[in-house]
This record gives sequence, structure tokens and C-alpha cells, in this order.
Amino acid sequence: MSAAPLDFDRIVVDDVTRQYGRRRALSHVTLEAVAGDVVALLGPNGAGKSTLLNILSTLLRPTSGTVRYGKTPLDKGGDMLRGRIGFLGHELFLYADLSARENLTFTAQLYGLPDVAGTVARGLERANLADRADDRVGGFSRGMRQRLALERALLHQPRLVLLDEPFTGLDDQSSDVLVNRIVELGQSGAIVFAATHDFDYAGRIATRAACVNRGRCRELVVDGGSLLERYRAALTESAA
Amino acid sequence: MIRVIRNAWLIAAKDLRVETRSRELVYTTVFFAVTAVLIFAFSFVQEDSTVPPGAASGILWVTLTFSGTIALTRTFEREREHDTLRGLLLSPVERPAVYLGKLMAVLMLLAGVEIVLLPLTALFFQAPLFRTPGMMFAILATGTLGFASVGTLFAAMLVRARSRDVLLPVVLFPIVVPVIIAGVRGTNALFLPEPDMAIAQMWLAMLVSFDAVFLSLALWTCGPLLGE
Repeated sequence: MSAAPLDFDRIVVDDVTRQYGRRRALSHVTLEAVAGDVVALLGPNGAGKSTLLNILSTLLRPTSGTVRYGKTPLDKGGDMLRGRIGFLGHELFLYADLSARENLTFTAQLYGLPDVAGTVARGLERANLADRADDRVGGFSRGMRQRLALERALLHQPRLVLLDEPFTGLDDQSSDVLVNRIVELGQSGAIVFAATHDFDYAGRIATRAACVNRGRCRELVVDGGSLLERYRAALTESAA
Repeated sequence: MIRVIRNAWLIAAKDLRVETRSRELVYTTVFFAVTAVLIFAFSFVQEDSTVPPGAASGILWVTLTFSGTIALTRTFEREREHDTLRGLLLSPVERPAVYLGKLMAVLMLLAGVEIVLLPLTALFFQAPLFRTPGMMFAILATGTLGFASVGTLFAAMLVRARSRDVLLPVVLFPIVVPVIIAGVRGTNALFLPEPDMAIAQMWLAMLVSFDAVFLSLALWTCGPLLGE
């Protein structure tokens, strides 16, 4: 079994800057989210969204500033903190030579989950891949792999869910299922950050939204109005 | 500690399962080892079937080192292809467990290469590999562990480097030269007409010391090195 996971209901990003050599990917980002928030991170390519997600996932350390998960700072959480985070990245973290069931079983074992077989079976059902459970992932379409990777990221019921372009490669039906899943995650008390270029889906999932541009982050008002218009206004203001 | 070993075994078992499906590493490393031994055999074995003294042990370790380097590069290249190494690092698994899991998988693969390589060396170079089987096994096992413990760490460090295929031998070989020398000299002592067990034991003790140092350093440094 893995160590008892650390729980938290608030995440605070305080004045975080991240540099890659001389290039500044994030600049003085301050952001806060509580359990139930679904935060859409919007911004052009290379704006710093993935860097922010990587910092939140604990894979990257900020050059300056702090990130706190509840009362635990990023550098003190260790294995227990990682056990409460689920990440779906550009790359899907799936082994092409293993079957869907083997991929999920490996993840469940790494996270020390009880009832591995039952958890994996439920994950396969939710991914709508129960009938392809023993097929090699290398033979799956991008959409099928994306669904499986999402279940892989959510198998351990993480408190913090980080999604980087989660709608990539999904057809309309699968995207609708994903929208419902993300909304459910928020309602069940998870904190969700989703980086996306898709304003339609962002509008459907987000309880909050932030525009990331040139490393700076600015919160957008989400009140049923056009997210795209607010995003464009934010981009224009940041360019001025 | 039990948790680290359990997680390491999970990772090693996963690597072995992937390998049994693709058989990519087994085929490439064994093919390379067989080809290298054949080339050495054509170069060194005289027409009267005599072999220069000391050649067999050198050829055994050179072939093992080069085959191992191929295995090390590909093991981590595989983790890079779908960014699965990042998936491992995101899980609540201790960094030393990730390192040990990859090391165990590499060791099992190299053991497979040795099972093919040893009879070939014995056949072509008339090397009395099985005259002192216990000592031969000990020298091979400790030498392979020393090479793989440093190699696994460096391969993990270089997994995101652009020219990792070139860089790995460049940074690895200078560090593992003492292990290779100890392995060659220890094995050579066993290949003498009268095996010199005292000399073999001395080189074995050196290999054990190298292993202890390399493994401790690797476990100590793998956390930050595997990270960003």
C-alpha cells in the first residue's frame, strides 16, 4: 500500500514565476481555487498553460513564488500529495504494448488502491472500453486512448484534476461524455484545472476561467456571457 | 523499504510484460551480442584454433557492455515515446522505486543476454566458463550490477536530452571503466590453466565495493536527477 494520501480543499498559487533559462514561461501568477471549482485555463499556444499545470502537478518547481495545497507547500507534499493529483497531459502516459486492462491495473497498483480488479472494471466501463479491455492500446484510436487516459488519471479519485487539452481527438459524443464527467468531478468536490482552446466546451464545464497570456494570468468573469468575447478583450488589454 | 521494493517490482514486472509483447530489446541486444562474438571469433581465433591469452574475458565483457548500452538506451526511449516516465513520476511512487524498478528490468534483460553470450564465448574461445561456476557467476553478477546501476541512472538522466544516444556511452563508459577492468581481470584469473582463485576473489571484492558505492550514490541522487 502507498502512504495515506494527503487531502486538501484549497489550492493557492501565490506570485509564481517560472523561467526556462532566460525565457520566462510564467510571470507572477496568483490564483486560488477551492473544492468544487472547475477552472478553465484559456490562452494561445505557448502562453504558459502547460507550465502552470506542470507546476500544479508537482513535476515542475516554480523559480519563485509558492504553491500550497491546503496548508502543505508544494515541496513538502511528496508522494502523499502526488497520490491526490490526477493529470491528463498532451501525451497520455499509456503503454502501447499493454492492454487497456493492464494499463489501468498497473496504475491502480502503483497508487495502492484497494480492490484493484473492481476499480479497473469500473474504469473500463466509464471509458466505454469494457469490450476492448484485453486489446493492446497501440491498436486504439486517439479518442479511445484519450478516454482510457482520462480514466487512468481519475482511477484514484484525485482531489486535484489537471487536464491539458482534454478534448483533443474526441468526437462530439465522447466530448459530451467528457463534459458531463468534468462537471460531475466538480460537483463531487474535486478541484479541476482544464487548459483548452475550445471555448464552447470551456463555457460548459467552467465555474471559473482564467486567461493565460505571455506567462501572465488574469481571471475572467464567468456569468453565462460569451467567454470568447471576454477572452479576446483580456488578450487585447494585455497586448496594450 | 518494503513499499519501495514492492513498487520497484511492479515497475520491473511491467517492463518485462511490455518486453514479452514487443521482444524488441531481447532481439536487438542478443543479435548484437551474437554478431559481436562472431566478429571477434573471426578476428582472434587462429587457424589452429588457438586463442590469444586473455582475449576471451575481454571479448565477453566488451560485448556485454555494448549490448547493455543498447538495452539501456531503448529501455528509457520506450518510456519517452508516450511520456510514460512522466506518468510514473506523477504517481505516489518513491523516486528510488522508479530507479530500482528500471534497474531490475535491465538486469533481467542482461541476464538473458548472458545466457546466450556465455556458451558462445565458451564455444568459440575455448573459455572454461563452467570450471568454477560459483565464482564465475559471482563476478558476472556483480560486474553486471555495477554496470547497470550507473547505466540506469545515466539513461534516466539523459532521457530528455536531444542527443541521448550519443551522450550515454560518452558519459557512462569513463565511469564504468573500473567495473569493466575488474570484471575482465577477475574473469581472466578464472580462465588460466590453473584458476587463480585468490586473484579472482580480490577482483570480486573490488566489484562488490564498486556496486555498493554506485548503488548508494544512484539511490541518493535519483530523486533530483529523475525530476525536472
